[in-house]
Amino acid sequence: MTHSQANNQPQAAAALLSGQGLWCERDDRVLFSQLDFAWDSGQIVRISGPNGAGKSSLIRILLGLSASYEGELFFNGQPMAKGRYEFRDQLLYLGHQVGIKASLTPEENLRWLCPDAAKEAIYSALEQVGLRGFEDVLSQGLSAGQQRRVALARLYLQNKAIWILDEPFTAIDKDGVAQLEARIIEHAQNGGLVILTTHHQLAVDVLELELGKKVEPRGDFDD
Amino acid sequence: MTNSPLLALFKRDLLIAFRNRGELLNPLMFFLMVASLFPLAVTPDPKFLGLIAAGIIWVGALLATLLSLDLMFKSDYEDGSLEQMLLQPQPALLFVMVKTALHWMVAGVPLTIVAPLLGVMLALPEGGFAPLILSLLLGTPTLSLLGSIGAGLTVGLKKGGMLMPLLILPLYIPVLIFAASSVQAGIDGNSYTGHLAFLGAYLALMLVLAPLASSAALKISIAR
Repeated sequence: MTHSQANNQPQAAAALLSGQGLWCERDDRVLFSQLDFAWDSGQIVRISGPNGAGKSSLIRILLGLSASYEGELFFNGQPMAKGRYEFRDQLLYLGHQVGIKASLTPEENLRWLCPDAAKEAIYSALEQVGLRGFEDVLSQGLSAGQQRRVALARLYLQNKAIWILDEPFTAIDKDGVAQLEARIIEHAQNGGLVILTTHHQLAVDVLELELGKKVEPRGDFDD
Repeated sequence: MTNSPLLALFKRDLLIAFRNRGELLNPLMFFLMVASLFPLAVTPDPKFLGLIAAGIIWVGALLATLLSLDLMFKSDYEDGSLEQMLLQPQPALLFVMVKTALHWMVAGVPLTIVAPLLGVMLALPEGGFAPLILSLLLGTPTLSLLGSIGAGLTVGLKKGGMLMPLLILPLYIPVLIFAASSVQAGIDGNSYTGHLAFLGAYLALMLVLAPLASSAALKISIAR
């Protein structure tokens, strides 16, 4: 399946992150097939589709956490198997579970998630997400939304080009959503690539990748 | 700088271990209880106890380690930090090695420290103490390493409780046999270096193989 598309390769190879002929099946149900995309810096990509359409499956495939797919992934023009180290070096991922430890304070959590960050940077990032004053509270005392905000503080702390965010707006209040949206747009304007799944409509034009349609989805995203 | 996520993980887990120290005491309490109930249940006769002391201590240590393995990756799996670990550019097996080393520090080392005390309580003959401590020092890291494979394989299972002992107990048996017989050799006044050499060789082998196996197991568990 993948070799038939080999003639497309040079075109897609220029993109930061691209996929060709992706096919994924779950429990004998084909989630998507012949999925092509090529995403570049400065773009916001919104993966949409109804529940169970395979949004999270696609994200896990992009991350390299799932091997149950066919097709090719490219990072910076080289096959993912070769570019994996650089890809992960540039990657910031927030999933459904954000990796916040209940028995650690927000500051301690961020210190492990962002080992390079200075203490002052962690404090100012926590201030950005509205958690100033909670640095020394154990995370088990925080609400679900506040725990997610701890993880979102990484968006202000880490200098990573590729953001992959799975439902980032979950459990975040109205002001927080607006602020997060602004941060996402800012990152794209600064030359980053943001890939997210959400049912929330963003204020700017984004690239849509719609999953779960009867017709074979074609993601020809030429600017 | 490339090692800093590993160091950060080590510090984080040490801090978590300290915050949840009650949870960590459970295996140690189990170990103490097993060893202290034997004289009550069997006989307080020092001669008889001395014969079975090494066996009791080693079986107790092995089961206590087994109890503590569940904690190795479970909470990381549930809160998503395991995903974050596996998505670091550094190879997953380095993170597994850090987690295993930490498990040994909070499970194996306390057992090794407490064991001589239990030896006194169980009237272990004098010649048995040195091989007991040495065999625990060489054997408990192997238990942690082998355990990381079982913990990695069963981390995603809701009811993995019985599966893990079934998977790794057969691999624990050589450690148990050679460790207990090294103590027996020490009691009998024979040389026990051969037994310890085997334990050392097993440890060296597992130091190389176990992190590879358990990082592969974790990747399978997380791929769902």
